[in-house]
Amino acid sequence: MDNFEAPDYYSLDDLFTVEQKLIRQAVRNFVKKEISPIIDDCCQRAEFPKHMVKKFGDLGVFGPFVPEQYGGGGLDYTSYGLMMQELERGDSGMRSTASVQGSLVMYPIYEFGSEAQKQKYLPKLASGEMLGCFGLTEPDYGSNPSGMITHFKDMGDHYLLNGAKMWISNSPLADVAVVWAKNEEGRVHALLVEKGIPGFTAPEIHKKWSLRASITGELVFDNVKVPKENMLPNVSGLSGPLRCLDSARYGIAWGAVGAAMDCYDTALRYAKERIQFEKPIASFQLIQKKLAEMITEITKAQLLCFRLGMLKDAGKATTAQISMAKRNNVNMALQVAREARQILGGNGITGDYSIMRHMMNLESVVTYEGTHDIHLLITGADITGISAFK
Amino acid sequence: MKILVCISHVPDTTSKISFTDNNTKFNNAGVQYIIGPYDEYALSKAIDLREAGGGSVTVINVGEADTEPTIRKALAIGADDAIRVNAFPKDANFVAEQIAAVAKSNTYDLILMGRESIDFNGGMVHGMVAELLGLPSISPIMKLEINGTTATMSKEIEGGKEVVECNFPFVAGCQEPIAEWKIPNMRGIMSAKSKPLAVLEPVASEEVVKLLNFETPKPKGACKMIDPATPEQLFDLLRNEAKII
Repeated sequence: MDNFEAPDYYSLDDLFTVEQKLIRQAVRNFVKKEISPIIDDCCQRAEFPKHMVKKFGDLGVFGPFVPEQYGGGGLDYTSYGLMMQELERGDSGMRSTASVQGSLVMYPIYEFGSEAQKQKYLPKLASGEMLGCFGLTEPDYGSNPSGMITHFKDMGDHYLLNGAKMWISNSPLADVAVVWAKNEEGRVHALLVEKGIPGFTAPEIHKKWSLRASITGELVFDNVKVPKENMLPNVSGLSGPLRCLDSARYGIAWGAVGAAMDCYDTALRYAKERIQFEKPIASFQLIQKKLAEMITEITKAQLLCFRLGMLKDAGKATTAQISMAKRNNVNMALQVAREARQILGGNGITGDYSIMRHMMNLESVVTYEGTHDIHLLITGADITGISAFK
Repeated sequence: MKILVCISHVPDTTSKISFTDNNTKFNNAGVQYIIGPYDEYALSKAIDLREAGGGSVTVINVGEADTEPTIRKALAIGADDAIRVNAFPKDANFVAEQIAAVAKSNTYDLILMGRESIDFNGGMVHGMVAELLGLPSISPIMKLEINGTTATMSKEIEGGKEVVECNFPFVAGCQEPIAEWKIPNMRGIMSAKSKPLAVLEPVASEEVVKLLNFETPKPKGACKMIDPATPEQLFDLLRNEAKII
């Protein structure tokens, strides 16, 4: 039974609109009804609940910021953030599915695609009829995407694509992949590669200890003939994928707060019920210290998200501001998960509680979409004007 | 088919209950409000009926402006329009008179609501509305099927169930499993913003109930264990300490 109650220590609810609160409540109820009852089992068996794709589409969590004419919700970024918070409160893998579809597939098609591409893909991606994935990271190029090897050649009537991508969420099941690859001049472009095209395979990556309910794989291109109309016409250079990552990282900053809130709520409830030395363990100073520090950090992260949402809605959020929020909030969630796990003692390691699952998931979240260290260096570069990694 | 669904605006089930002003007012500081859960079953059923057979679903709430987010949620779930009677819902009789006044000036085939609200749990409004309108009232119903202008309903009774049939129009108090609660989708939430919400002033109503004060139940006392070898000790405690036998 999912009895989650969200902490709101600084009464942030007073600042959200009626619609934003309704949206959050709808996704929270959806998570309680559809995700919480099955997620432990999915993770234990390392199985992606495929039926969730259509349900996410029906609920409207895929690309909610895309205008309604393309099947999106036409919603603001604060609403998007609240959706990601609630989905990740359920499970980071479930949030990842929605983040990839919305921020890394629908966003680039909407921002950089032709009208025909928008009409063809966006409504089906929004409804969950199609699943998408995003190919940027390669086996040898993670934090340094500019070194990518995947490339394509102009063959007159098509592009010939070769290379491989790694750690791609949704890839084994995706109907379409947004693939970032270099042209003959070494300039990065995006190609839409559809499932089933000869030479294109997407093998699954097994044995993950993290994001076990989300499907992850590779993208392998062996002389793939990509129709010319499948190139996104309005993007060239690495700024394209980085803008997509800004949108996704923004969602992660909110999502991590959801995971932290779930760990805190579980630990608080447990500490008040668990009796040791004839009293609830919540009455001991060391437990209170843990809980008080958790709620303090969660509250700070909530405030960071709220302000970042305002900046994003005003079109003012910078890459560096998003990096700071992603880095801070994911790290915060990881620390909260670890402390919460300790409060639950041995029970904390079982699937009867969500904490260990969140903790293992967050080990991916702290690395993907810009590692914890790289985001620190983005802040460093932003304040000094000197890049430490280029 | 025109359906009126009456919704109450009640504290969330996890709310901490306390009072202010010498225990005469509910303290709503920090309290989250929701659609009464039984009313939400009625709303879900109304939407199912409309989706199957056409018609319209209007929601009505007797409440001040702060109930509008709750009404918007009902619109997001799928009601077509809403009416708010602009008054504090001071007691069941007052609320029933307001609903009846609206129902008199509009013809509804069905008036549905929860079997009871979950704030005062009076369970009286459906009966009173029906009486004021001269209509049959059935509650609590767990199943409702429509055939033309006749409804067949299953009703919970002591030790079993009763199946009743009733022609339109009538008033019914609903409970689970009449329908499944619906989660509004994003499109529903956004379209709720532009659905009509009429605000009506209340009709005059005679005050028949006067609220004196509220009290919360006494906190649970410590549990006393009694040795099974001395059951007479239990009688002694019940008689002399608890003074209940």
